[in-house]
Amino acid sequence: MTAIVAAEGLGKRYRQRWALRDCTFEVPAKRVVGLVGPNGAGKTTLLHIAVGLLQPSAGRISVLGARPAEDAAQLGRVGFVAQQNPLYPSLTVADHLRLGGWLNPGWDAAGAAARIAELGLDLKQRAGRLSGGQHAQLALTLAIAKRPELLVLDEPVASLDPLARHEFLQQLMRAVAEDELTVVLSSHLVADLERVCDYLIVLTDAQVQLAGDVDDLLASHHRLIGPRRDQASLPHDQQVIEASHTDRQSSYLIRTDRPILDPAWTVEPVGLEDLVLGYLRRAATDRGQQARLGVVR
Amino acid sequence: MIEFHLSTRSGVSPYQQLVQQVRRALRLGLLVAGDQLPTVKEVAGQLAINPNTVLKAYRELEHAGLVAARPGVGTFVLETLTDDTLAAHGPLRRDLRRWLEKARLAGLDDEGIEDLFQDTFRLMNAENIA
Repeated sequence: MTAIVAAEGLGKRYRQRWALRDCTFEVPAKRVVGLVGPNGAGKTTLLHIAVGLLQPSAGRISVLGARPAEDAAQLGRVGFVAQQNPLYPSLTVADHLRLGGWLNPGWDAAGAAARIAELGLDLKQRAGRLSGGQHAQLALTLAIAKRPELLVLDEPVASLDPLARHEFLQQLMRAVAEDELTVVLSSHLVADLERVCDYLIVLTDAQVQLAGDVDDLLASHHRLIGPRRDQASLPHDQQVIEASHTDRQSSYLIRTDRPILDPAWTVEPVGLEDLVLGYLRRAATDRGQQARLGVVR
Repeated sequence: MIEFHLSTRSGVSPYQQLVQQVRRALRLGLLVAGDQLPTVKEVAGQLAINPNTVLKAYRELEHAGLVAARPGVGTFVLETLTDDTLAAHGPLRRDLRRWLEKARLAGLDDEGIEDLFQDTFRLMNAENIA
């Protein structure tokens, strides 16, 4: 299987600060990839590099087998919706569709018209007067009508109310079922990602902490709960992501591909939200320790 | 035709919920041989879930011999879980009622009963694996 996106040692530096550092990952074909991380982790920088809006300062990235935005053909194969769903406020819905047709050689005019009708959007309405949900839906419709092989969405649902969010994700999933496209979307709403994503990339502090198939990740992470125990006494194949202790009890979030044989533990499966939170908290703890060490030095 | 629904708080993965809902509909006779399941696109669009999740659930049901996919047409029910229907388990249900009454007399509340059941269930499964 060829990767749709392949990044190796990818980095982006603004003056002294690395917004993205040493990122290596792959995005397999026909997957819906969730890119998760706290604000300022580098998600937008990574997506902007992938669509060719930014040049990396280090490393390599290939998208659909070419450099991002290498030529017109490559641009045509990638759809992108930026964070604020940018549209032209004074142009109508119909104007946007017409514009899309002029600018994109493979434009699916019939599909776009059908989607707009299904959404109940008024063709004569100016984009600036649409509700937040309609605005986002129009931006998504335009991106899908381009018939891209890769669709990149930067925080597509962050500003939407729950109903608009659900409707947006419905349209997106319908498009995935129809066109078999690969989607990369960033979000910090893990509950939404749990439904729509089958591949996960966790990004914190400019670095990829975790990347993989959601089912594989859930199968290899476990929560262990039992009598208080020192971390050093755990088997070597159990990588500790998170640990918490009371005077009697220990609770560990671990990653392992081997079975857990110790009968002292109650082993519980880990949901996607717990998994993501575990990695985010670990990164936050590391950051705290580094800050303290910095003070000592 | 049945309609799926998803609970986000159940702790059961979406794909397992779909499988369970079809099995339940088969047991209750809501789905019978020849009935069509909603298409992958319909389910993905209705629930706003990944189409691969629906595919995975349908594939598992196919594997269990309960449904068959006819390419380009849809997925159809092959057999009803008739000998498995809840109605066929009258004696088991009677035993269970008796046991539940005993559990209540022993002072267990709903939660205690559920915990005891889950714990015993887990233990037996673990013994069977070992």
